[in-house]
Amino acid sequence: MYESLLNFPGSLFAELERLQRDMEQTFGQVGQASSIRAVASGAFPAINVGSTPASVEVYAFAPGVDTAKLDVQADRGVLTITGERPAARPEGDERPALYANERFAGRFKRTVSLPDDIDPARIDARYRDGVLHISVARRESAQPKRIEVK
Amino acid sequence: MDDRQPVTKTEQRPADTPSLLPRVDVFEDGTGITLLADLPGVPKDKLTLRVEGDTLQIEGDITPETPENMEPVYAELRLPRYRRAFTLSAELNTEQINAQFRDGVLTLRIPKHAHAQPRRIEVKVA
Repeated sequence: MYESLLNFPGSLFAELERLQRDMEQTFGQVGQASSIRAVASGAFPAINVGSTPASVEVYAFAPGVDTAKLDVQADRGVLTITGERPAARPEGDERPALYANERFAGRFKRTVSLPDDIDPARIDARYRDGVLHISVARRESAQPKRIEVK
Repeated sequence: MDDRQPVTKTEQRPADTPSLLPRVDVFEDGTGITLLADLPGVPKDKLTLRVEGDTLQIEGDITPETPENMEPVYAELRLPRYRRAFTLSAELNTEQINAQFRDGVLTLRIPKHAHAQPRRIEVKVA
């Protein structure tokens, strides 16, 4: 009832509601079930996950990270990516004036739940153009098979 | 139709193409400004830097290697490109911008004109 009262077009409330709707569409709906390991948007590194019949592909967008400081582990169906990114601004007496400071610095850790049918022995991780690409193979037995009709 | 086919791209896209805003750090010392921008997933040849008048524009296409018939399951990065523009001030020398791009981090060094750099003025004893 109140909703209809507040919902005349052009009102501030209508605008706010529209904003909220946009946010929900962008960041996932509030109230709906989400992953138990879901984090607020804006976490570093951003992660995209894709699926093929033979593998699960995880992309972590972590630019400027030393691969020696990157650690990828798969343990009991959870893929964990940890690492560290140094701050860009030089320390010391002649420290330059800072304007924008939006880039992440420090230690990070992100986790991804993996499906049950993956093979933990066949995980391949590569770092290129600032993207950590982890390819997790699915077990052979879980892959779709074409059955020949004789 | 195969979406993975390389698309011939036009040099200038309309300004309202939806794109991501890359995160940046900007700091300034006596001789110039340093700008760092996070552009993960952009290969070197898909990065465009343009200076027009007093505007510096950074644009990059995200082209990660994806296996065939991959279906997206979850995505935090939802657009295939970055774009951000900055207004430069007159004391910055746009002819001498030095750009480095490594591991998805763009480092720009924009020096100040020589006359705009700080000088120590010596005080002479008469």
